[in-house]
Formats: sequence, C-alpha cells, structure tokens
Amino acid sequence: MKNNYPKEALKIKLDDKSKSLRKLCVETLESGKRAHLGSAMSILEILSVAYYDFLNISPNNFNDINRDRFILSKGHGCLALYVILADLGFFNKSYLKKFCHPDSILGGHPEYKKINGVEASTGALGHGLPIGIGMAISSKINKIDNNILVLLGDGEQNEGSIWESALSASKHQLDNLIVLIDYNKIQSYGFVKDVLNLEPLSSKWESFGFNVHEVNGHDKKQIKDALNSTKNLNQKPNAIICHTIKGKGFKFAENNPNWHHKSNLSEEEINLLYEAIR
Amino acid sequence: MRKACLSSIYKQAKKNNKIIFIGSDLGPGVLDDFKNEFPNRFFMEGVSEQFIIGMSAGLAFDGFLPYINTISTFLTRRCLEQIIVDLCMHNLPVKLIGNGGGLVYAPLGPTHQAVDDIALMRSIPNMSIVAPCDAHEMEALIEKSVNWPHPLYVRIAKGGDKIISDKFQTFDIGKSITYKESSNAVILSTGIMTQKALEIINELSNEGIDIGLIHLHTVTPLDHKKIDEVIKNVEHIFTLEEHFIVNGFGTSILEYCNNNFQEYSNKIYRFALPFHFPDQYGNQETLINHMGLDNEKIKNDIKQKIGNA
Repeated sequence: MKNNYPKEALKIKLDDKSKSLRKLCVETLESGKRAHLGSAMSILEILSVAYYDFLNISPNNFNDINRDRFILSKGHGCLALYVILADLGFFNKSYLKKFCHPDSILGGHPEYKKINGVEASTGALGHGLPIGIGMAISSKINKIDNNILVLLGDGEQNEGSIWESALSASKHQLDNLIVLIDYNKIQSYGFVKDVLNLEPLSSKWESFGFNVHEVNGHDKKQIKDALNSTKNLNQKPNAIICHTIKGKGFKFAENNPNWHHKSNLSEEEINLLYEAIR
Repeated sequence: MRKACLSSIYKQAKKNNKIIFIGSDLGPGVLDDFKNEFPNRFFMEGVSEQFIIGMSAGLAFDGFLPYINTISTFLTRRCLEQIIVDLCMHNLPVKLIGNGGGLVYAPLGPTHQAVDDIALMRSIPNMSIVAPCDAHEMEALIEKSVNWPHPLYVRIAKGGDKIISDKFQTFDIGKSITYKESSNAVILSTGIMTQKALEIINELSNEGIDIGLIHLHTVTPLDHKKIDEVIKNVEHIFTLEEHFIVNGFGTSILEYCNNNFQEYSNKIYRFALPFHFPDQYGNQETLINHMGLDNEKIKNDIKQKIGNA
C-alpha cells in the first residue's frame, strides 16, 4: 500500500454527529443482541456524507423518479443505514428498538418495501451494482440528471457479477453512477489480502474504465469533495475507494476480524461499546 | 417459435415505449429492426447473464418492462440467485425468454438442455411460468405478457414447429385450453408436448379409445378451476412434459391434487423425462424417444393404465 489513507483513517477523530450516530447503532444492536457492527462502523461516515450532504433523497421525495438513489449493496452493514434513515425521518426512531425482533421491519439485511428509504433488498453480495446500473441506464433513457450511488464491500468484490457490471457501466458511459467502495480490508474469514487479494484495486477499476478517487473513508470533507468532483467529468462511471477501518470508533473492535459479525452479545460487551463512545 | 416470440416483442415495443429488450450474446442480426428503431431500448450485454438480471431489475424499479432473452439454462441455472433476489423478492415485471426449452439443444449436450428449468423456476415465489405449444400461442402470450405484473419465465421450444392452436381461441395467462373432453381419461400437457399429446389421442381414437386433452400452457399459476373439475370427474389422468419427472409440471399437478383431493390423487400418472442427465446427442425427437417419451410407449402405458391393453 503506497498511500497513507489507512493510517489517517485510523487516526482521525470522530465528530459529535458521528459519535451520536454510533450511540444510536449500539442502542439498535442492543435490542437485537447481534449485528455486523464492524461492517457498519466502517461505512458510517460515507453514509453520513451521502445522506446529509449529497443525495437528493428525503422522506418527501422518495417516490419521485427524479430523486437520487442509494443502494447498500453490502446489506450486512445495514445498522449504519437504519440509524441514518431513522435520523432523517424515513421511519420512526422507535423502530430501532426492535432490530431483528419477530415483528420488526428492521432485519439483519435491509428489505425493500418493509423499510421506507430502502431502494432494493440486499444481503446476498454482488447484487446491488447490477441493479444500480439498471437504474442509471433508466435515468439516461428518461433524460434525468441524478446520481446513482452503490456502496460495495471489499470482500464483495470477490463476486464475478461486480466485474460484469463494471464492464457494462463503462460501455454505457454511466457518468451518473458512483460506486463507493468500503475498503476496510477485512472480510468474514480474515484480511482481504489473505483471503482473496484485490490489489491493485485502484488500477483495476481504472482499467475497467472508471474515474477513480481514493479517500480517507472517515474524513467527511474528503468524501464530500470526492462525491462533488464526479459531476460532468468525462462520460465515465466513478469509483471512490474509501479507505476505512472496520469497527471504527470502538478501539477494541478496530481492525479486528472478530467484530465483523457478533451475535448473542452479553450485557458486558454492550456496556463496553457504550463506554467506548463516551 | 423463437422468431415469433422476438418479432412479437418488437411489435409490442412499437406500441409501448416502456418495453426494453436485453440479450446476452445472441446470434448476429437478432432483432435488428428493434435495434435500429429503438436504439435506446435495445441492449446486447455480452455473456454476463447474472449482471443482466440485476440490470433488468433496476430498469423495472423505474417502470420499464424488460424482456431478457438467452439460452434457457444460462438464465435458470446460472442466474438462479439473481432471479430469486433481484426479480422475485421484489416481484418485478421482468420477462425471461428462455431459448431451447426441453431437449431442443440435444446435439449440444446437457449443459444446454433445459430439462430442469420448470423445477427451478417453480420453486420461487412470485414467478410465473408459461410454455406455449406453438408460434401462434407464443404471439398471444407475448401480447398478454406486457401487462403481467410479476416475473415471468417463457419457455421457447424449437423453431418451425407445426401450428396446432386455434388463433380465435382466447389466451389468458393461467387459463388452460381444452382440446378434447372425456370422462374416461385425459392428458394434461404443457409446451410442445401438447402437439405430441394431440397425435397420441388421435391415434388412440382411431383404435376406438377415447382420451381427452387439456393444454396447460401456464405451469404457474396453475388453472386450479380446471384441475378441480378434471380430478373429480375424470377416471384416469395423465400428465405429459418434456422435463425431468422431478419437480416439473406433473409434480405440480400431483402436489395440488394431493393437497386438495387426496382421495383422487392416485388417478394421476406422470409421463416425463427420467431423472438423469441426458446421455445421447442426435436431435430433439430422437433424444425424447430415447428418454422414454415415444408415442408408442406412451400409448401402450395409457392403454395398460385404463385397462384397454
């Protein structure tokens, strides 16, 4: 790795908003006693910038065909999505207290139509990008000037359908497509470099015909600048590689593969999480 | 039948600007008229079937009506998860047009032979399955498919099949067509096996044996009203399909009757392909016969079952 983004991502201090969203995540997790916490913490700042500063999506325009789209292709990171959608009023925050309960709208992966604000059900990996490309093509046919954002996990890029999609996005010159890559470098079994190395990741996406940006995925300004720089570039689709930290914000979970997914969380573990964000 | 199918899609696309055609890597010149007239609604995406299913879902979310066409096994086998997650979980109106249903691709071997497509598609909630018996029926199906609000799998048989359907017959997805009634015995068939069933009942009629024939072009959703009537009133029921005996059309009839009319379900006998990968090449007809669905054998079995042997 030649850049300093991973080090900077580890070092950067979280602002109050990031901390309060993390607290909401822990409250949600507490109600379900399980979650892909590490996977949600690496994307919280990316989603924050997307939803609060960039996307033209709100509870009021959610059925408007002109709206922007966001697809969480790595559906297991849904804790981050849920707290932001609740915070923005897509559904009542009280639903967060029923995460994974039998009658809940919020499961371990986001479901279309159950949750206002979710564009497509995801969970099985490698599905969000093809769907997002269909939406991007739709906008081109309808001559709608909007942004289609798809957030991929790094392990998700093991799927062949991602690279089928990348070929097509380039062929159709989908400059309205922004692929956000959560490069936290840890997948379920362990480190990405050991399971199925993605490097050189940046030049891979470049060679598939994308404009590629790299950012510290917990630095909101960098993320925002990268998103804003994708407009009207050169008829190419865009990829933003966000160097992130799995478990960011919880020291003991940071870069720790054991925090990819946790179930049957004890009261003690939950208290540790609360203490960590105080 | 394939030509009729594609030209019908083109015809409907002229009337409805939401219709989109997506092929994988079809033969040169396929639907050139469509491509020339509506270039922004014609896509040839290469050998990337999994991607194509997701892409079609994205288009359907925005109100488009995608028709996807490629070889049946490349859709139903390779893309099973994409069909389940992207199309059926979202219940989107995407049409999958599968070339080579059954043993059409006999000379190309078992990678291309769609003998499990109905089994795969019928196990997915929200999926509908239609296997027309000829080109006329295919045209009627495509017209009706435009407003069908669910995922739909269309099984195409080979080109140049003879025409047996009555063009004045009303066609509705989910509604069977009765060719001949009989209270003694009836064949329920789907796809081009209805052509074979027609030959069989005519040949048996010449021997003085009265057998009815009902064509169920729609495997899912089944025409329950018609099956309810048949299971109660007909003494012997035979199903006929160009598909594995496991989990196909006959199984769906058997399951439905066993759940709802248990006292009658032993009336049903299924003609289908044995449950092993096809082990010969040749052509569709020779392979069908080799796998046990030759007319003489079927006739003899029917005669034996109804006691006319």
